[in-house]
Amino acid sequence: MSKNIAAGVAALASGALVLSACGGGGPSASEGEFTDDKIVLAVLNDQSGVYKDLSGPNSVVAVEMAVADFQEKYGDDAVVDEIEVTSADHQNEPDIANTKAQELYDREGADVILDVPTSSAALAVATQAKAAEKLFLNIGAATTELTGASCNKYTFHWAYDTYMLANGTGKAVTENGGENWQLIYPDYAFGQDMEKQFTAAVDEAGGSVQGSIATPFPNDNFATFLTKAASSDPDVIGTMQAGGDLINVVKQFNEAGLRERGIELAVGLMFITDIHSLGVEQFAGTTFTDAWYWNMDDETREFADRFLEETDTRPSFAHAGNYSAALQYLEAVQATGTDDADAVVEEFEGKKIDDVFLRNGEIRAEDHRVIHDAYLAKVKDPEDVTEEWDYEEIVTTIPAAEAFQPVEESGCTM
Amino acid sequence: MNAVIQYLVQGLAAGSFYALAALGLAVIFGVLGVVNFAHGAFYMLGAVAAAVLLDTLGLTLWWGLLVVPVLMFLFGVLVERLLVQWLLPLDPLYNFLLTFGLTLLLVDLVKRRYGVSGLPYELPDLLQGRIDLLGVVLPRYQMFVFLFSLTVCLVVWLLMTRTRIGMIVRASTEKPELARALGINVSRWVTPVFGFGVALAGLAGVLAAPFRAITADMGNNFIIILFAVVVIGGLGSIVGAVVAGFLVGLVEAFGQAYAPTFSQILIFVLMAVVVLVRPAGLFGREDAA
Repeated sequence: MSKNIAAGVAALASGALVLSACGGGGPSASEGEFTDDKIVLAVLNDQSGVYKDLSGPNSVVAVEMAVADFQEKYGDDAVVDEIEVTSADHQNEPDIANTKAQELYDREGADVILDVPTSSAALAVATQAKAAEKLFLNIGAATTELTGASCNKYTFHWAYDTYMLANGTGKAVTENGGENWQLIYPDYAFGQDMEKQFTAAVDEAGGSVQGSIATPFPNDNFATFLTKAASSDPDVIGTMQAGGDLINVVKQFNEAGLRERGIELAVGLMFITDIHSLGVEQFAGTTFTDAWYWNMDDETREFADRFLEETDTRPSFAHAGNYSAALQYLEAVQATGTDDADAVVEEFEGKKIDDVFLRNGEIRAEDHRVIHDAYLAKVKDPEDVTEEWDYEEIVTTIPAAEAFQPVEESGCTM
Repeated sequence: MNAVIQYLVQGLAAGSFYALAALGLAVIFGVLGVVNFAHGAFYMLGAVAAAVLLDTLGLTLWWGLLVVPVLMFLFGVLVERLLVQWLLPLDPLYNFLLTFGLTLLLVDLVKRRYGVSGLPYELPDLLQGRIDLLGVVLPRYQMFVFLFSLTVCLVVWLLMTRTRIGMIVRASTEKPELARALGINVSRWVTPVFGFGVALAGLAGVLAAPFRAITADMGNNFIIILFAVVVIGGLGSIVGAVVAGFLVGLVEAFGQAYAPTFSQILIFVLMAVVVLVRPAGLFGREDAA
């Protein structure tokens, strides 16, 4: 009896091995051929946790919009007929992201993974992309390491990073009179990176960071940390918390009446969904750097109107970034006629792009950093808000060349 | 010195939430023997309910403090009648698992309905702003939270010591065998006591709404600290829950001020020390476990 079972298991195992060898992932296409005759776009992000609103399931909608637009543009001339959009939840955990990325590339035949917020998760997926030799277009994460020490051929950083945020906000606020800073940051990769970048940007602009306080992540009680930061009478408190933590910081900052004491609040990373959830009154006057705003011009507004119809909310820069990355990937596939990753990489490198999200955009060949115009934004006072979600006033546009870290400093060797 | 007083007030304010919620947890454990993992979710529901009532009916904090605990009491009664009561005769582990599952359910339902970015909540004008107390600037609301919860704890204490039901709850909590031997019918009070415990958690949530982010996940970390509070105070003790609640709030505040990297583990170090030195907790009875 057991011999039969053993034989059966062995047969099944070898059968499975044979099947997987045939089905397989990896770039096998050449000269206009597509693996499995289709393209699979995979969105990997936080579908249920703290970052669900700023990206989450609505980013999948954004990617689907891109697919629809691509198919409408090319119709029968599209090089591939079947484009599949799939998604997975990494719950902001690097080990889950690692496993999901593997599954997406190997089992679901994903040609490209998009989004992946949370820097530690993004770095994990970048390693998987390198191993699978397939594309990874990161929109959601902030760490400059993706185009620095951990850069690789198949990874592109699309929307923003800590340098862009620090340089925009840190420099602008310091030059505007905010000389003495106290920084409060969450004690993990993103927070530590932001603290370093902000300190560098403030120093360069002629200001000084009196102290930095590392807080647990996640955390809901910042009252003591804020008291400590305020005790040295700085001009500005810079907070690097994001998501739910940021809401706690802002609520408690307002409660402690620090603005009346003459202390300004600069936020490292903010999404329009944060302003929406806490309310404009609480954020009014806050300065931050935004990668994109839905109400900047007619083109962004048109996209935002379509997005509103599909999702009942306005898009954050992450949603727009996912749309742009998906669309540009499909355009690259159309141009090369194949889903072969190496061909797409070659098409991408050095390409200049102008779409609804990327203004004066360029995909840098040296480190795969996608540069584009960034925007210094201020949260409006409640009286100036004309419609729901109309929360931001664009103070200045930071040109692409200035907004991102110079290539020489990136530390990327591919 | 200014800063120290501010830390003190912050610690007592944070401790207020722990004290109120731990009181509910202790009472539920005392009378039902249920380790209510869903207590964090009830705290969250209290905050969400306050925010929703403000948004849809314009009910300010004053109304919220009155209405939400009543709603939470009814919800608690529902939960006990529908779910908890069936597992009471079994090993307490079953109800622990049940309440854990309930937490996951409640958190996800709230997420689906309200997203994860949180709900807005505004303080009534009277409680906004700061006061200057002998040269130290203190937020009005933190003082209010501390005084309010102290009052509630005092009222609950009076209920415990001056009323019949209070005596029954204390007896069942602190000397259950003796209570039963004396013929006290504990079981008819099980449902209202569970509701009462849940109401206290909801009340803590309402108090937290103005200055904590009202998100579906806000109870997740809270319940873990709450367990530490109850262990430090003593699993069977009502006084212990309140004292430990304020103590943990203070440890958290001063820990964050002077040793921020260790602030999160300090509470658990305290818990470990208490368990080593006095296994039953600071005020606990020896046979609690």
